[in-house]
Amino acid sequence: MLYLYDGALNVPEILKDWYEQEAKSNYGAYIPFVGTVRSEDGIEGLSFDIYEPILKSWFEAWQERAKAEGAVIKMAHSRGDVMLHESSYIAAVFSPKRRVALEFIDEFVEDFKASAPIWKYDLKGGKRVYALERSTAIKGSGILK
Amino acid sequence: MVRVEFLGPIQKEPLMLEITNLSELANILQGDKEMHVWLENSAVAVNDMLVSRRDIELKDGDRVALLPPVCGG
Repeated sequence: MLYLYDGALNVPEILKDWYEQEAKSNYGAYIPFVGTVRSEDGIEGLSFDIYEPILKSWFEAWQERAKAEGAVIKMAHSRGDVMLHESSYIAAVFSPKRRVALEFIDEFVEDFKASAPIWKYDLKGGKRVYALERSTAIKGSGILK
Repeated sequence: MVRVEFLGPIQKEPLMLEITNLSELANILQGDKEMHVWLENSAVAVNDMLVSRRDIELKDGDRVALLPPVCGG
């Protein structure tokens, strides 16, 4: 379950919806991670581009891994501008027991940072500046050099 | 024709090229100075599947995408 939104995420509503979707699914653990835009280096906010076809196939591969452990992953992400103290990312794992969910949320978020085809820009002085120094080359990059 | 797209921050319009593999694409893009940095750090997808080798055969209607370094969240 992958949800993409234009602009900032409505965190309370999304967390509540997900809670209610799985309330009767007999999961013992619901572990969410919420990413919020912090004030640093004079930015006014962040902005995001997403390439959906590869994001969807990357997410489906993770969902299959979770399913094999009896768990389910949900993820929400923003497109476009997200201002200071707003949230752009939520990931959550539901699992029968807490250990699986705790391990999955850690691995999933790390791989998300390294592999998900999403590009981040700082909003600064009315400009959109690609955050190259905070970005990670996808595994296998550079084959055309 | 193969359509080549440049994703995210790469400011380049899509290209339509008569090429049969990724080595031919590499030769064309290496001739574009502005692409040098992106060729170093970008991943490549063919028809939305990431690939790790240049010798993949391309046919008419295929789509190639260059994916620069990512940072979601």
